[in-house]
Amino acid sequence: MMEELALHILDIMENSLAAGASLLELTILEDPVANRMIIELTDNGRGMSEKERQAALDPFFTSRTTRRVGLGLSLLRATAEQCGGSLTLVSQPGKGTRVVVTLELNHIDRPPLGDMGATIASILSREDPPEVYYYHQRGKEAFEFSTSWLKEQLGDIPVNLAPVLKWVQSHIDEGLKALYGGE
Amino acid sequence: MKSVEDLLKLKKEIQESIALREGGDKIKVVVGMGTCGIAAGAREVMSALLDELAKRRLTNVVVTQTGCIGLCAQEPLVDVFVPGKPRVTYGKVDAQKARQIVAQHIVNGIVINEWVVNK
Ligand SMILES: Nc1ncnc2c1ncn2[C@@H]1O[C@H](COP(=O)(O)OP(=O)(O)OP(=O)(O)O)[C@@H](O)[C@H]1O
Ligand SMILES: [Mg+2]
Repeated sequence: MMEELALHILDIMENSLAAGASLLELTILEDPVANRMIIELTDNGRGMSEKERQAALDPFFTSRTTRRVGLGLSLLRATAEQCGGSLTLVSQPGKGTRVVVTLELNHIDRPPLGDMGATIASILSREDPPEVYYYHQRGKEAFEFSTSWLKEQLGDIPVNLAPVLKWVQSHIDEGLKALYGGE
Repeated sequence: MKSVEDLLKLKKEIQESIALREGGDKIKVVVGMGTCGIAAGAREVMSALLDELAKRRLTNVVVTQTGCIGLCAQEPLVDVFVPGKPRVTYGKVDAQKARQIVAQHIVNGIVINEWVVNK
């Protein structure tokens, strides 16, 4: 169903925006020595009470009204657990939410990272784009991207114009390609 | 199209084109981005729309997104709002169809009835 980790990441970023977040901080750490991959998304949305937080991992709980099941977090948790890892939710009402996913980097069932450029470009394609900070470390090398940097470059040009978003997509894809040694 | 120089070049180009088109209502395109939409390929639809709009330098179109609207079996869904016209909803859109929607509906104003879903 979700063939890339980047699609799961897009999905949990959509959750953050649905919770009113204006700031998304995404960290991806790949540690080949420890055979670990950690994906962490922190938002400043409305957060969840302890009861909501526990219920959020139950597919039959959703705050949506259009469908009676919420799938996003349950799917990602299933993927993490299948890959020798876990999904943890840390949340405080009024403060925000953090989703932490761990996986075995070399696990045979681990979906590939996928197209992070397309994921970030998609999340920014809205009338009021959020601030995004993305940090990706692989071994000792790292790549980072932030909308605050992008806005500095753009001046009065908005972020959410198609040509700008296409640039963001290829910038991130090229940056990650370099991180993976140009594979 | 990835370096900072490319970005600055792009910026200059956009500044010139925006100055030409100032004013006028924007066309709005909305892609369904709930879990059901994403699993069905909504991100690729979004990418194709952005690519086609970027190639044509159409900066008077905003592409935005919404969560699940309860038509999960028809995902990916794309709504097109042309100012002064009723909303049109396309279902089971893929990247190829998304490019056609830009070329036919957004550029030429011709609705592609075959792909329209009735809500
Ligand atoms: N970042 C977040 N901040 C606040 N609440 C959240 C956050 N992420 C999830 N939730 C809560 O957890 C519920 C379950 O999330 P989940 O992604 O599994 O399903 P959904 O978003 O409701 O539906 P779907 O993902 O299937 O479109 C949400 O409805 C929401 O109430
Ligand atoms: Mg969700």
